[in-house]
Amino acid sequence: MTRKHSALTISIIAVIMGVLIGCLILAVTGRNPLNIFVALIRSLTGFSINRPDRGINLMYPLNWLLSSMPIILTGLSVAFAYRTGLFNIGGEGQFIAGCIACSFVALMVDLPPVVHTLACIVAAALAGAIWAFLPGFLKAYRNINEVVICVMLNYTALYFNDWFTRTFFPIDTFTLARTIDYPESVSLGNLGFGTASQFNWGFVIVLICVAVFWFVMEKTTFGYSLRATGFNSEGSRYAGMKNRRNTVLSMMIAGAFTGIAGAIVLIGNYGYGRIFTSFDNFGFDGISVALVGGSNALGVLASGLLFGLMAASETQFQILGIPSEISDLIQAAIIIFVAIQYGVSLVLDLISNNIMKKKVKEAA
Amino acid sequence: MAYAIEMLHITKDFPGIRANDDITLQVEENTVHALLGENGAGKSTLMSILFGLYQPTSGVIKVNGKEVKVTDPNVANDLGIGMVHQHFKLIECFTVTENIILGMEPKTGFRTVDMKKARNKVIELSKKYGLQVDPDAKISDITVGMQQRVEILKMLYRNANILIFDEPTAVLTPQEITELMSIMKNLVKEGKTILLITHKLKEIKAAAQKCTVLRKGKCVGTIDVASTSEEQMAEMMVGRVVSFMVDRPEAKPKEVCLDIEKLNVKGSKGTLAVKDFSLKVRAGEIVGLAGIDGNGQTELAYALTGMTKVDSGTVKFSGTDVTNASIMQHYRHDMCHVPEDRHKHGLILDFLLKENYVVHSYTDSPFAKNGVIQTKAIDEYAARLSEEYDVRSGEGINTITRSMSGGNQQKAIIAREFDRNSKVMIVVQPTRGLDVGAIELVRKKIVEQRDKGAAVLLISLELDEIMNLSDRIAVIHNGTLSGLVMNKNVTENEIGLMMSGGLSKFDEEACV
Repeated sequence: MTRKHSALTISIIAVIMGVLIGCLILAVTGRNPLNIFVALIRSLTGFSINRPDRGINLMYPLNWLLSSMPIILTGLSVAFAYRTGLFNIGGEGQFIAGCIACSFVALMVDLPPVVHTLACIVAAALAGAIWAFLPGFLKAYRNINEVVICVMLNYTALYFNDWFTRTFFPIDTFTLARTIDYPESVSLGNLGFGTASQFNWGFVIVLICVAVFWFVMEKTTFGYSLRATGFNSEGSRYAGMKNRRNTVLSMMIAGAFTGIAGAIVLIGNYGYGRIFTSFDNFGFDGISVALVGGSNALGVLASGLLFGLMAASETQFQILGIPSEISDLIQAAIIIFVAIQYGVSLVLDLISNNIMKKKVKEAA
Repeated sequence: MAYAIEMLHITKDFPGIRANDDITLQVEENTVHALLGENGAGKSTLMSILFGLYQPTSGVIKVNGKEVKVTDPNVANDLGIGMVHQHFKLIECFTVTENIILGMEPKTGFRTVDMKKARNKVIELSKKYGLQVDPDAKISDITVGMQQRVEILKMLYRNANILIFDEPTAVLTPQEITELMSIMKNLVKEGKTILLITHKLKEIKAAAQKCTVLRKGKCVGTIDVASTSEEQMAEMMVGRVVSFMVDRPEAKPKEVCLDIEKLNVKGSKGTLAVKDFSLKVRAGEIVGLAGIDGNGQTELAYALTGMTKVDSGTVKFSGTDVTNASIMQHYRHDMCHVPEDRHKHGLILDFLLKENYVVHSYTDSPFAKNGVIQTKAIDEYAARLSEEYDVRSGEGINTITRSMSGGNQQKAIIAREFDRNSKVMIVVQPTRGLDVGAIELVRKKIVEQRDKGAAVLLISLELDEIMNLSDRIAVIHNGTLSGLVMNKNVTENEIGLMMSGGLSKFDEEACV
């Protein structure tokens, strides 16, 4: 009989296997696999094993957290929809929608500091939610697959942003490829602790989002009905729950998380409105983050930090002579192992059965 | 007489529980041998051991007189043991033939599947054993009865000589059950041995020669079916005298609570499934709706509970028009609904048991305060329901509902619906798949609700149940009301005729 292994065990095994496969490929291609760990530890702690005399450089762990911020949010977004039985693959569009709204409030509205920043973030959340409304609405009331609508809206957002930004926002006259800088009243501050890192207060907003996700999903009646709809929509309909309304709201809340990611990236990392030529892939990365995180709040936080670590380690890899693609490779391997979790738990069963048998034999 | 299977002194321990305690089961060749026991008596564990899914803690298994070690299901297959599962394991979008040969496909010279050969083999087997199937039909298009025949053919195709039927009649209509009984007799005539796992005494009487009874993990005994009465078997299984007849004092009906007027409802095919159907149910009475499966009962229940739109006509709860109101509005007007399909509608299987107890009431005080779930209140409520309705589950109220046995899942639904003490009760197939003890409990609770003043509409395919519980009996045939009679003035035979459309009878006393 297949025993159910917890999502946590599966994810941890997937991570270990992913890193091992990365090592294996390095070894096969004649590089030193231990360098992976040197790089990861550097990004994680700022301590370089190869150069212990340099001590700890805080910039690396801060950059790690910085690069985790948007994907934790997009991970929350995908996870929230998924728990209601929806697949939110529209993160890219919602992200850009959030960016447009953020730039609008930042550049066109005059507000005092802090309030201005918060207004930008709220506007981005609203814009993300509005962008996600259509796929949710069509799914709920017309039974149109949300994936198709989401993907179409991703491109719609990409080109809409180009036109909207060039038409309505003051454009930077030197590059002609972005807006002018945001006013000083729009800022997430700097928590770089004297290093060159752009780490900022956005991280607190991310943590608040994680807490909100957890509370809404696990503790409120609304979350209860969303989970019921996600597990068995016919069953929740029988119970008198408002499935259609839930579908729309769940999509919109998911969109809001991604919209916030857009604002935090623009304010914290750029400081101006962007004209996107291609997707940033934060939305798509959110799918992996949600998958590995088991679609619950703390899991998404942990897996977001993990994928952030991989992204932040890319430069370290290169410094140590490892191609930076190894980071993508490890991430892909982790996702594959989570995706084949039934196989993984089958192997776990075999192992634990063998251990049991040995114990029985020893006892006898 | 030689034994096909012998399981001698089987004991199986799980952490904290002894599921099988020194059980001996000997099945003679060429017979139908029944294995009788309530949910949780250890039947499934014993069969899992025979199938190699579990290893016994102690005990010996012999097949055809030879001692064997069944280490995994493949070994059981090689020994010629095949199982027809309660929930069919068929691929919906494959044809009958494709399902039967799956995993053991005949190959052509080019290593592709030889469909012609496969089809002929299926036809040959179906003729030989009298198992009528359409080899080219898709599983999703055929009846449940035919799906079961496909499962049986799957085993025969794999040369199984010993066939285990796990609760085979739970999903069948009365006609299909009769047919299955004759199929089993046919199989035995052709040299097969059948082990029938069930808790339905009637079927044991109809099909089996010997019967082994389990209770709480122990073997109570093996009896000769012909010389033992149903009552005796029930007593062995439950451990006390069971009454099939519920003590049901004369009803004292009061005001009309459920008023159905000229109802027309469309079915899934777009044609009218319920036609001009009118019926009144009063507080303090049980009206049983009898009918052969597929005569509009499902659509009627959906329409009454708000799950489908009504085409025309009205439904009133205690005078309030609820026609085409939302499902939530129906509940607000004091309705409870025991749904026909407990997996699709009745339960959120991946929820914990306690979460399933509050699917209607999770927003109400004391289960929620300002939109926040009050875990403690729910825990207390859930514990009380489980206790009162004898719902058993491995980890108490924190058990994932999917892992509970079918009988306990149904009891959980009954507990949740009945505990609301609603005025209008739409109860569909309340005892399907339950064991004798549980059936007794549920039937008693239905009468209890009636006596508390509920108007109960009982929709059931089991005529026994209708005759047993109803004060008045309504009969539906082809979507129309073909009879409405007082229970005391009618025979089973007459009801049967009304169900098939051969008779239309309306008692003056029954037509209120």
